[in-house]
Amino acid sequence: MASASSEATGPGPAPAHLAPSVARSVKILVVGAFGVGKTTLIGAVSEIPMLSTEETITTASVGVDRARDTKSTTTVAMDFGRVTVGRDIALYLFGTPGQRRFWDLWAGLADGAVGVLVLVDTRHLEESFEVLDQLEEHTRLPLTVVVNEFEGAPRHAPEDVRSALDLPEGTPVVSGDLRERPRAVEALTTLVEHALRRQTEGSAAA
Amino acid sequence: MQTDGYRDHPVRSYVLTGGRAHPTRNTLRPETLLCTVDDGRRLPASAGRHQRALLETCRGTLALAELAAYLRLPVSLVVVMASDLIDEGYLAIRSNPVHDLPAADLLEEVLDGLREF
Repeated sequence: MASASSEATGPGPAPAHLAPSVARSVKILVVGAFGVGKTTLIGAVSEIPMLSTEETITTASVGVDRARDTKSTTTVAMDFGRVTVGRDIALYLFGTPGQRRFWDLWAGLADGAVGVLVLVDTRHLEESFEVLDQLEEHTRLPLTVVVNEFEGAPRHAPEDVRSALDLPEGTPVVSGDLRERPRAVEALTTLVEHALRRQTEGSAAA
Repeated sequence: MQTDGYRDHPVRSYVLTGGRAHPTRNTLRPETLLCTVDDGRRLPASAGRHQRALLETCRGTLALAELAAYLRLPVSLVVVMASDLIDEGYLAIRSNPVHDLPAADLLEEVLDGLREF
């Protein structure tokens, strides 16, 4: 699978190139609070080992004395994976923190996306409110809420999650242990179906 | 090895891109598929090792984000480098740019592919 390793890439993994037949790509964003299972979901379906890429942001410090450097840098990482669907389509799964200011770091990240999987831990629902608010306010991307059923966490019916999160009408809710590949694939399938439905309805209305 | 320079000196990115912060084209996204043009042409001697590493890594098809991850450089920097290499004919865009939302037939194909898993 991996080919063409070179000294130039250093000790990192050899690049896993796509099959020569692959000439199209699509992406899905996987968002959610820290520890909610973004990496788990991506890892469950990815055909390559998880990759990560970082951007550095410079933030001006507040209230520091002038003798010191008034700027500090923070690194924000994005984990992602890839899976080839059909003969010639590469599907990329980009995991990012939910706040819009993070995914704005990667130019064009949201543009042209199929949609967004919003991962939710029912033990920390409050963490999902900000994420959902920002997605609804700032994007028109189709959403699917994915409840990661952690071991030992209480179970809730999808309808209860829907009303607790005050989701827009028609937003799908799926749940499952995201370590299991079929559950992760189901989440993706549900989102793509939803995106397709919205497009067909949109063009019918136009 | 080659990433150390960047990590130690964040300022280096401006040197690598010839002082520019913006790419010459805005059609490159993290999922855009790229491939090195294999026509035997060599980069000029003045090209940097990051440009060389990029073309070496992209001898098969990879998305821009994958290139950035393997090269351990920020996507924002790789976009600028890749744009230049495309303009100069060393690198080619393998995938068609997707506008606004992916087309319905593309979504249908993704769905069919996912259902095979």
